[in-house]
Amino acid sequence: MHIDTSSFTPIASLAGGILIGISASLMVLLSGRITGISGFIRLSLERTHESAWRIAFLVGILLSPILYKLFFILPTPVVSHNPLLLALAGMLVGIGTNLASGCTSGHGICGIARLSWRSIIAVTIFIATAFVTATLTH
Amino acid sequence: MINFFIALISGLIFGVGLIISGMANPQKVIGFLNLFGTWDPSLLFVMLGGIGISFLPFQWSRYQQKSLLGYKMNFPDKRKIDLKLIIGSAIFGVGWGLAGICPGPSLILLSLGLNEAVYFFLSMLIGMLMISIINIRD
Repeated sequence: MHIDTSSFTPIASLAGGILIGISASLMVLLSGRITGISGFIRLSLERTHESAWRIAFLVGILLSPILYKLFFILPTPVVSHNPLLLALAGMLVGIGTNLASGCTSGHGICGIARLSWRSIIAVTIFIATAFVTATLTH
Repeated sequence: MINFFIALISGLIFGVGLIISGMANPQKVIGFLNLFGTWDPSLLFVMLGGIGISFLPFQWSRYQQKSLLGYKMNFPDKRKIDLKLIIGSAIFGVGWGLAGICPGPSLILLSLGLNEAVYFFLSMLIGMLMISIINIRD
């Protein structure tokens, strides 16, 4: 293993993580809700009176790069161009997060912060399979 | 209505956190998940910041009936470590490791108007719906 010092961004990543933590904290302290993006997306589709605030959160995420661009230079994301790979990855993420009732936000941040055993196990497993998959395919 | 604005603002903060941290850049996520080659440990700092900030708010909230604004605390009551959690997490990790995209960042990429994000996002919705349909038939 060789650490990539040129793209290592501990300060920016810590700052971004802190913002994510502030967001999840606001949601739980003020609204009593766990911030889980996969759940928000899935439950937004079930049009109930509980969908509105979930859609509002997702709209907030969608607006964030537009707002960010007004003040700062938006970093250009680099993403695979292979439609089959993207479709397969998306399908697996959709199936997996629905079965596991959570993803990187709901289990990874909120679940660990509240010391949920289910989340600690979920995160250990998905980080492990993600490491193996990324290492084998890249 | 208050809930709606809390969610919108929290979503904005969350999205900016994803952008600043590097989570919204699939190449950076792959750089973290790919252990061989050059490893970029930045994303450990996202988890550190996110969990570090939200740890006390979640620990406090665990023991409350209501949020600071009087909303019911909605914590998952599921405790069981079942096969759905284990298999779902494993599948999610494979999808995440393939493209470097999880549900939150997929919204940022969608907002930037990337075709790649459309392939991923629509497939993710199909994956989620497939599981929801099977669940109903259980």
